[in-house]
Amino acid sequence: MITVSSLLDDQWYERYKKISKLNIRSSIYDVTNRCNLRCKGCFFFSSNEHKAAKEEMNVENWEQFIEMEKRRGVNLAILIGGEPTLCLDRVEAFYKRLPTFCATNGLIKVPRDKFPDMMVGISLWGDEKDEKVLRGKDSFAISSKNYEGDEYTYYLYTITPRQIGKTERIIKKIRDIGVKVHMQLLSNDEGVDGFYWRDEELQDLRFELDEMLDHYPDTVVSSRYYHKVITTGNMLDRSFGWMECPSVTESFDSREPKPKRLIHFIRWASDLKTMHRCCTSETRDCSTCKDGAAHMSWVMVNKRAHIRTAEDLRNWIEVYEMFAKLYRFIPW
Amino acid sequence: MTTVSARKDIIIHVATVMIEELKLEDVTPETFNPDIDLVDEIGIDSMDLATVALVLQDEYGMRFDEDDYPKLTTIRLIAEYIEKELK
Ligand code: SF4
Ligand code: SF4
Repeated sequence: MITVSSLLDDQWYERYKKISKLNIRSSIYDVTNRCNLRCKGCFFFSSNEHKAAKEEMNVENWEQFIEMEKRRGVNLAILIGGEPTLCLDRVEAFYKRLPTFCATNGLIKVPRDKFPDMMVGISLWGDEKDEKVLRGKDSFAISSKNYEGDEYTYYLYTITPRQIGKTERIIKKIRDIGVKVHMQLLSNDEGVDGFYWRDEELQDLRFELDEMLDHYPDTVVSSRYYHKVITTGNMLDRSFGWMECPSVTESFDSREPKPKRLIHFIRWASDLKTMHRCCTSETRDCSTCKDGAAHMSWVMVNKRAHIRTAEDLRNWIEVYEMFAKLYRFIPW
Repeated sequence: MTTVSARKDIIIHVATVMIEELKLEDVTPETFNPDIDLVDEIGIDSMDLATVALVLQDEYGMRFDEDDYPKLTTIRLIAEYIEKELK
């Protein structure tokens, strides 16, 4: 039987032991159905998830619900929406009770006196031109002022096919305001013209992502293996898709054979009763899904499959560390 | 009262279930070191443990509390847990 220590030198084994017992149990919460932007290709609006449930307005009910989630074993609340910062009282209800990550478009500043160390992930969809086409405004111009130098913030840079060859400029802009960045790929749920991925583009992008990581290691939070998995959809000898996806809401999961998955994962709608199928759009085609968190989790839940060569296991460790950093389980 | 041989039987059985359910290779119930750290050395995660626990629960007619999973880091500790629950 191959053991972990037989594959790793002392330094890597120490890194492995720092994360092996973290036991992260996340769930995702739609904090609100409203947003102060309306981006083309936003999965939440394009699949009508904003109409799936009537928002729970009473913050006490949110508090009770979060206590129940804690009892269910959740130890990481991932807040999405809509735009969570439109309802900071609900965000606070989570933050006071659980390790919390808040996704935002960055137009509203999370007040740090109330949320001193809450991890904030700001969505960014490309350069000024792409942001205007897809989101109606250059959100970076505002979010960069709100979050300059904030050590618990990173940009979640969604790369579109039009960004190939142009990512360095964005990475530098982010570096220059003293914030980290993590990169993921657009899934183009609304079929916006010119934003579909072609295989050659994905190959080019993979090398560009690697280059960014190599050149800006203090800014980019990523891993080469993650780049490979997200651009090829392949991990070890398997292909990503519905039968492999780890981020399916537990009660929707009747797959056989059962894949490795996130334990007790649920994505809750804002009525705190309705559940969505998975971490992203209900209507998305799994065969073309590029969801970054789902791909990352796919690697993470398949730890034992990576205990076969030293390289495979080191790849796994790097992806897990990346996740643990992005959700503040370990420092940058 | 639990005898030494009863505990050994449980250890062997836990190892058997683990090998079968998790499709572990190059190991037999007899060669599986009951004190090896399942997380740090074999890479068992909580979903693996839940899978194994479900089978063991049925077979022994007891229950594993999910909150106790982090403590169950070796086959011997799992066997002791089962013994305790059966008392
Ligand atoms: S800011 Fe986020 S939630 Fe709002 S429309 Fe854009 S992608 Fe959707
Ligand atoms: S759309 Fe993506 S995240 Fe959702 S179930 Fe399909 S593969 Fe998983």
